[in-house]
Amino acid sequence: MTMPEAQPLHAQPSNADPTATDFPALRVANLAKSYDLPTSLLSRISNRGEKATLRALDGVELQLNRGEILALVGESGSGKSTLAKILVGSTTATAGEIQYHGAPMPARRGKDDSRRIQMVFQDPYSSLNPRLTVGAMLRELLLLHAIVAAKQVRQESKRLLNLVGLEEDALDAYPSQFSGGQRQRIAIARALAVRPDILIADEPVSALDVSVQATVLDLFASLRRDLGLSILFVAHNLAVVQHLSDRVAVMYLGRIVEVAETAELFRNPRHPYTRALIDSIPRMSAGSVTEAFQLEGEPPSPFDVPSGCRFNPRCPYAVDACRTTDPVLEAVAPAHLSACIRATELTELAVARV
Amino acid sequence: MTDPLLSVRSLSIGVKRGSTDPTLIVEDVSFDIAKGERFGIVGESGSGKSLTLRAIGDLLPRGVEVLAGSIRYNGTELIGMPRSSRSKLMGPEIAMIFQEPMTALNPVVRVGEQIAEGPRRYLGMTRAESMTRAIEMMAKTGIPDPVRRARAYPHELSGGLRQRIMIAMALSCDPRLLLCDEPTTALDVTVQHQVLRLLEDLCDDSGAALAFVTHDLAVVNQTCTDLAVMYSGHIVESGTVREVLSDPRHPYTQGLLDSAPDFDRPDRPLIPIPGFPPNVASRPSGCPFAPRCPFVVEACRTAMPPMVTVAPGHGAACIEADRISRELVAR
Amino acid sequence: MMSPAEVLNARLQQRRALRSRSIKPWYRNGALVAGIVIVGSLVLIAVLAPLLAPYDPIAQELRNTLASPSAEHWLGTDKFGRDILSRLIWGAQVDLRVGFLAVLIPFVFGSVLGAIAGYFGGWLDTILMRIVDVFFAFPFYVMVIVLVFIFGSGEASIYLAIAAVSWVSYAKIVRGEVLVAKKQDYVTAARLGGMSHGRILVKHIGPNVLSQAIIYGMSDIVMDIMAIVTLGYLGLGIAPPTAEWGSMINDGQEFITTQWQQATIPGLMVVVASLGLSFLGDGLSDLMSPERRK
Repeated sequence: MTMPEAQPLHAQPSNADPTATDFPALRVANLAKSYDLPTSLLSRISNRGEKATLRALDGVELQLNRGEILALVGESGSGKSTLAKILVGSTTATAGEIQYHGAPMPARRGKDDSRRIQMVFQDPYSSLNPRLTVGAMLRELLLLHAIVAAKQVRQESKRLLNLVGLEEDALDAYPSQFSGGQRQRIAIARALAVRPDILIADEPVSALDVSVQATVLDLFASLRRDLGLSILFVAHNLAVVQHLSDRVAVMYLGRIVEVAETAELFRNPRHPYTRALIDSIPRMSAGSVTEAFQLEGEPPSPFDVPSGCRFNPRCPYAVDACRTTDPVLEAVAPAHLSACIRATELTELAVARV
Repeated sequence: MTDPLLSVRSLSIGVKRGSTDPTLIVEDVSFDIAKGERFGIVGESGSGKSLTLRAIGDLLPRGVEVLAGSIRYNGTELIGMPRSSRSKLMGPEIAMIFQEPMTALNPVVRVGEQIAEGPRRYLGMTRAESMTRAIEMMAKTGIPDPVRRARAYPHELSGGLRQRIMIAMALSCDPRLLLCDEPTTALDVTVQHQVLRLLEDLCDDSGAALAFVTHDLAVVNQTCTDLAVMYSGHIVESGTVREVLSDPRHPYTQGLLDSAPDFDRPDRPLIPIPGFPPNVASRPSGCPFAPRCPFVVEACRTAMPPMVTVAPGHGAACIEADRISRELVAR
Repeated sequence: MMSPAEVLNARLQQRRALRSRSIKPWYRNGALVAGIVIVGSLVLIAVLAPLLAPYDPIAQELRNTLASPSAEHWLGTDKFGRDILSRLIWGAQVDLRVGFLAVLIPFVFGSVLGAIAGYFGGWLDTILMRIVDVFFAFPFYVMVIVLVFIFGSGEASIYLAIAAVSWVSYAKIVRGEVLVAKKQDYVTAARLGGMSHGRILVKHIGPNVLSQAIIYGMSDIVMDIMAIVTLGYLGLGIAPPTAEWGSMINDGQEFITTQWQQATIPGLMVVVASLGLSFLGDGLSDLMSPERRK
């Protein structure tokens, strides 16, 4: 399933060195995103003139390697969706930089830059224009970016559909005629139309039925395998993550708190939050809900970031130093990063398998 | 078994269409829930699981009605009961928890009030008594600082807290049967964990029975003792959770288990169920799963397979059920 | 992944699934058909007026004024001896044309402004909305009558007056729709696909938001016909002797006890036109909404 040679697989930014293979596909450093919320006169008076600042992302370091599937995991308030939007160019960061194959990526993307990184959205029902047939939608993209000559548009559209497991007769149909799973596949075909080399998938299977999820997950795996795509997969279902991804990055309240290879992360988590997440997963084999680790309280609000380590109010292993030190994401084992000052001592975090 | 708390027999739900045959969405569904039992109803979209639950709670949407069958609560027939008698019976005895707490709570009434309403109306408590009870319930559901929180409005609380409020509301009159329609689907993973624990504990304490609708087999595995699997409006398999999940006898149940990622078995490849979910309007005759079934034979298309007992307390609606076991299919 | 048999099976199912989800054809839409029939007939009558009308609508026959319906004059004659039936038929031309054009101008103007305000937001949106609010503060008829008074009677000033007042409704409707549409993922996807704002507005958001404005436009035509009729009745509309339903009602009202058909029949025509347009609006709403929208 290789792409025909009509266009290069990805158009490089002019200052990137195409022969450099040691640059990651995407690298993010010190990324921050804050929203200053306009407040009403009344609340400004009651808050003594302080404006509410939402720190959605607060110093994110992340790297997506070529040809890998990296999962981004987190709960509400973690900032994972914001990060995805910034990476794809939908929003701009308030600080920090993004590097694409070693070269800085501009915040506002032009037409050509937009081809490099594409997105698949969560809701299959709002991600396709209800008034355009599938064929019209693909045609517009193919012609706008001159991917193929006008005569070959139909053929290329057919090829894209086949790539995602759909037939040519889908071209003349409207999105409303398809099921959720099919729509997601159409959305993936759309993303692939401009020949990106990075795909950002924002919870692409969360809205789908279980039996259909598997087809879309398999599709992502085969796209990675056959097209060499690098995929950033935002998800909250850890079973899905474990199945599909090579590496996992865990986010909490605007920061990355742990990154490791999938098997390693789920076997030897080195951050208390990760361990808590793992313990929350409903299991097929075990008996009742496990006792081991239950978090108290709610996922916190990005309005009100705790001082020191962000997780310290809920962390059962917190010590005094945790309230004053803001931990740095650093290596605690080969290819395993954790933002916890006690990471190396907390051996009891390792998960006992049933 | 002693008399079940809830007994559903041959329930059919659908939309009447004038002179033509009504469109059936749920067809011939039968199950029992014993006192204190935790019963899961599992299915994907279009299975009819939510409608079944709503029929018990008398909350079917407009236009959709019970077309046949019976729902007996403690021996009393619920279908056909006049609205007023039904709500007198239902209020304190049967309560419901919904998926999306934001839409289930009244946005302009303080949450404490909303919880207190039930006891005041059905248990005859005074205003003060019901408020005390509300705060009690909030504390029981693990809401910190309940006295202060009782005065909050729903939009001031997070999703997890709102769900707890809904649970508090549902349990405020000490019901015997709790109907849950995907109560944790919209929640974060860690919050889901907390809420499920809570539900389990509260039901254990009060002895209430649980009817739990979900699409997540792992959640059912953890929370429920018995389950029914629904597909296209029919129950295709039922039994204890342990039985059904370890020895599924209906190809759909097997398909579900094979296609869902299992956290404890990361290396098992996912096998999706081929084909597409059925369309309510155009159901083929015979077994609704036939178009997608790897074990299909000609006889499957002629008539709906009856529920066959494959083991004590374990039934599957498949004519091949006896022969199908996990070993048959190469994994 | 799947065995060849399974793949084949899946493809067969896909074709079946596509067919079963097909959209209800337009001719099954009762309201739409009724609307098309009624409005279509009226338009036909208007267009074929020269062929259908037995007499010249402004030709006077002063020896045969106020005649009752007869074989020569099916609906009788008015106080100037003009054939009522011919005036009715020719009047359709005037009323339908003016009604339609009077809606077209504010529709285009208001929709464009509303779309731009809604899409770009910011101060552009704020200013526009304040202007809209000011216009909404005045009652429709008061404004129109005042403006027609100022501009003088005649067709052009009617267009101007109505347009000046009713564009705000379209702006508000379209702006609201655009605000919702621009949050949809497919718009984000279009941006990510490298499309310019202009292209997105016209090709992507446009078709999805105009349906509401079109439906509103249908009822607006009805309202504008009423406005013209009212203006005609008040003597501020189309100048005589041009046949127009409103002025016909005005002319006929003094004879309501003797020649009741002179005032009533034109009134009935207005009702029929309004009904037809309402049906059309309903039918279009059905056609453009839930099934297609999803």
